[in-house]
Amino acid sequence: MTPLLEVSDVVIRFPIHSRIAARLTGQPSSIEAVAGVSFTLEAGSTYALVGESGSGKTTLARAITGLVPIEGGQVDFAGRTISGLSEAALRGVRREIAMIFQDPIGSLSPRLSVRAILAEPFKVHGETADLDGKIARLLDDVGLSPHFAQRYPHQLSGGQARRVSIARALALRPKLVIADEPTAGLDVSIQGEMLNLMRDLQRKFGTTFLMITHNLNVVRHVADRMAVMYLGRIVEEGLTDDIFKAPRHRYTTALLSANLKAEPEAASYVIEAEGETPSLLNRPKGCEFHPRCLFKREVCRTAMPEEQMPSADHRFACHNPA
Amino acid sequence: MSPLLDIKGLSVSFRTPRGDLKALRDVALQVGRGEIVGIIGESGCGKSTLINAIIGLLPANTGAVKGHIGFDGQELVGLPINAMRKLRGERITTIFQDPMTALNPVLTIGAQMTAIQYRRRASTSEKRRRAIEFLEKVRMPDAARRLDQYPHQFSGGMRQRICIAMALLTEPDLLIADEPTTALDATLEVQVIHLLRELQRDIGCSVLFISHHLGAVAELCGRVAIMYAGEVVEQGTAGDIFRDPRHPYTRKLLECDPGRITERQEILPTIPGELPDLVHVPQGCIFRDRCPERFALCGERPPEVTVRPGHQAACHKARELVAS
Ligand SMILES: Nc1ncnc2c1ncn2[C@@H]1O[C@H](COP(=O)(O)OP(=O)(O)OP(=O)(O)O)[C@@H](O)[C@H]1O
Ligand SMILES: Nc1ncnc2c1ncn2[C@@H]1O[C@H](COP(=O)(O)OP(=O)(O)OP(=O)(O)O)[C@@H](O)[C@H]1O
Ligand code: SF4
Ligand SMILES: [Mg+2]
Ligand SMILES: [Mg+2]
Repeated sequence: MTPLLEVSDVVIRFPIHSRIAARLTGQPSSIEAVAGVSFTLEAGSTYALVGESGSGKTTLARAITGLVPIEGGQVDFAGRTISGLSEAALRGVRREIAMIFQDPIGSLSPRLSVRAILAEPFKVHGETADLDGKIARLLDDVGLSPHFAQRYPHQLSGGQARRVSIARALALRPKLVIADEPTAGLDVSIQGEMLNLMRDLQRKFGTTFLMITHNLNVVRHVADRMAVMYLGRIVEEGLTDDIFKAPRHRYTTALLSANLKAEPEAASYVIEAEGETPSLLNRPKGCEFHPRCLFKREVCRTAMPEEQMPSADHRFACHNPA
Repeated sequence: MSPLLDIKGLSVSFRTPRGDLKALRDVALQVGRGEIVGIIGESGCGKSTLINAIIGLLPANTGAVKGHIGFDGQELVGLPINAMRKLRGERITTIFQDPMTALNPVLTIGAQMTAIQYRRRASTSEKRRRAIEFLEKVRMPDAARRLDQYPHQFSGGMRQRICIAMALLTEPDLLIADEPTTALDATLEVQVIHLLRELQRDIGCSVLFISHHLGAVAELCGRVAIMYAGEVVEQGTAGDIFRDPRHPYTRKLLECDPGRITERQEILPTIPGELPDLVHVPQGCIFRDRCPERFALCGERPPEVTVRPGHQAACHKARELVAS
């Protein structure tokens, strides 16, 4: 297998204080939203990024597409380093990497009709032959009838807007689709249709998917590999089947056991933090998950755990793994 | 006592170039005092439209609105804008589906969270303190410091939590939550659901909870309504709906839940066919085209069959379709 995307030791910071304010408050002047993340995406596979809300998933996705600058590390796509490229140099790459944004309605221009939204990628790349036919096919792919072309974003339901943004991303048959919560707001039947559609494209054209999602049920069924993020780092990474069968990091086990089942009165599980909720401004010492961990030992408070690899295909960083 | 929210025969249509789109047709739904009611339904079936009808925020191209929406004995259909606005500020709060459109991009969240407490007689610093307290309840890290940040500086799930915290701050009689947990990870989602239940216990409010996450609905809601293409097709207790569903749409929907399928699947189950055209609404049962159970009688509109007290399904076969 050849890697299509290689993310190596990527660091992304956001400024939060001016230098002076930082000195006065004794806080850092920036937060590390992504703190040294590496992973490899095989061509034609589906990779899932899961993790805490605020752990840096969207930021990482935006950085891969060049929407956020990275401060350390490097991103390689199809054998070429794309991090740090100029806007002009990125243009060619943009055609091959499409992004489905987390915010469905907000990411569609309110003044454009669905037709105009779907026509845009074709126009930008000068592929305007049979435009109406192409748009009709895209709508059909995502299960919307042709008359939706005349609608404006505010006239769509949340799930219909989501499907339009999926259609737009797939328009130019990109090599890599980065999908940020692509099925949030879809009912389970349409969610199934969208995931089946992605799998279809994968089979026909070898499309590669990087999927960010909180929906663990989706991950289990569609992702070949997955990474679990916590406070800007990957804490566990490996084959999806392995991680679901035998999660090792204690955050992963907590996450998997919190997955709500459609059974009334089924017990659910909550992980609480002792003291303050861990944050990027106040990264806990030692294992950064320790303030919330039910299995911590003394060492977890002081030393950051090393990455372990129980097999060539599985890595995690935990002092007291499951 | 009468229910807090009592919707009867509600129909709403939108004017479109192709003709009137009948987004809601003859909807009946009640939410008792202190009750948490869930709504589940196909994307585009009218859940957000139902909410917008309750709170008087239907879009400009709305055509006819018929029927009744009773709120604590008051009729909301046709209520003057000012009275509606007052009700929205004081008694009914909504967590909207899209947090980015609900938050003002040019104001800090601190400013937005103090402004929403306008009814409270308290100093600004007291209001800020309460804002921080509620942000901490929804597990916002560094709540105090982040009050001066703008919405775009937060992650998707953080924005959603800000909206939830803002809604809780207003201590409403009726809280309407339109998919409030779509951007939250599983552990946070459970916490938010427990928070909603606590709130409901503490201040005794009623909650209308819309979600595609069947697990979340099962966890939180006492009663559940299933909507399909602008109609409520089944309602009952969470136990009725999840253990003994009687409408074929409900049954198909539950079968599609990937959470129920234990083995990894190459192809996920779906409900073949698509939502009927709401401009030319077909005769008879609205689910007929996609229904595996349909028979000759389904060309006629099905009656509301009472399966047991409190459990209704609008299907000709509702009595026969027992749990297997
Ligand atoms: N302003 C409008 N003009 C025309 N049609 C509209 C308008 N707003 C909504 N619709 C249509 O009305 C139907 C109901 O929309 P609504 O937003 O209520 O669905 P929903 O159940 O909330 O769906 P979702 O789960 O996808 O958010 C949809 O078919 C939608 O396309
Ligand atoms: N423009 C920005 N300025 C400052 N901080 C930012 C900015 N964008 C994101 N952040 C911060 O970076 C961190 C990571 O955010 P990100 O959106 O990547 O999280 P996420 O993993 O996608 O979370 P979610 O699941 O909630 O969407 C958060 O603490 C967020 O507040
Ligand atoms: S009335 Fe007929 S078509 Fe409609 S859901 Fe029941 S069996 Fe199916
Ligand atoms: Mg995100
Ligand atoms: Mg909606």
